[in-house]
Amino acid sequence: MSAAPSDSAGYYRRMQAAVEELLILKGIVTPAEVQRQVDAMDARSYKRGAQMVARAWCDPAYKARMLAGGSAAAEELGLEVGPLRLIVVENTARVHNVIVCTLCSCYPRMLLGIPPEWYKSRAYRSRVVRAPRAVLAEFGTVLPDDVELRVHDSTADMRYMVLPLRPRGTDGWDEARLAALVTRDSLIGVARLPDQG
Amino acid sequence: MSALDAVPARFRVGDRVRVRRADPPGHVRTPWYCRGHVGTIERLCGAFANPEELAYNRPGRPAQPLYRVRFVAAELWPDYRERAADAVEVEIFQHWLEAA
Repeated sequence: MSAAPSDSAGYYRRMQAAVEELLILKGIVTPAEVQRQVDAMDARSYKRGAQMVARAWCDPAYKARMLAGGSAAAEELGLEVGPLRLIVVENTARVHNVIVCTLCSCYPRMLLGIPPEWYKSRAYRSRVVRAPRAVLAEFGTVLPDDVELRVHDSTADMRYMVLPLRPRGTDGWDEARLAALVTRDSLIGVARLPDQG
Repeated sequence: MSALDAVPARFRVGDRVRVRRADPPGHVRTPWYCRGHVGTIERLCGAFANPEELAYNRPGRPAQPLYRVRFVAAELWPDYRERAADAVEVEIFQHWLEAA
């Protein structure tokens, strides 16, 4: 859509408004139902993903379950995921992961909320598979040469979240304090978390 | 979706596969950049209704096995200038894959 004429956002917005109006006129949905869904989506944020990450850092058995099945691990914490099929990819001292959807803008919204604008941009989507280290450097993330970079393209039914490396200097921190360290960009993989202390 | 209306999975983790170099019309979720390239099956994600059919309001059955295929970046991009070991992983439906 970003390559279409500059009026394209206006066109799709008008179409969306027209369809919404028709659905309401035909009694298929009510304005209150639409607003409830909008509010629910606005209330979702990457803090949900951060909660899972903090638990995984503290509980190796939970981490193993999360890497085996991301959606079930989210539900275990009471996080509603709907139809989301989540794969969690783990950063280690040897491997760094980053997420993209080159075809459109697939994103685990149920856990991370609304994606940032840059995630949906044609520039990010086309360049991060082609020159990922250069793109990461633009986010201030410079990977050491001995770290393998894996780009995950969400092309079909699965959605992805990165399990970042636990920062050094956080021994003994409780889950709430750890969760507060986790950023949205670290869950997408364009950032790493700074060591503490 | 029951296993009965899914196409059986032909590939296993570690198998080398080539993505068909095809250009069918319509809604396709196989990125252009990996068509014709060889990768390795990383995992089987399950079986899902075929999006090429769903896009036209058809049922998309039987469900197609969906794999994650790992490509070495330097094989996808002959002029790749970053680290040779870097990888791109893509979800690809079985009907786009052949043994390599």
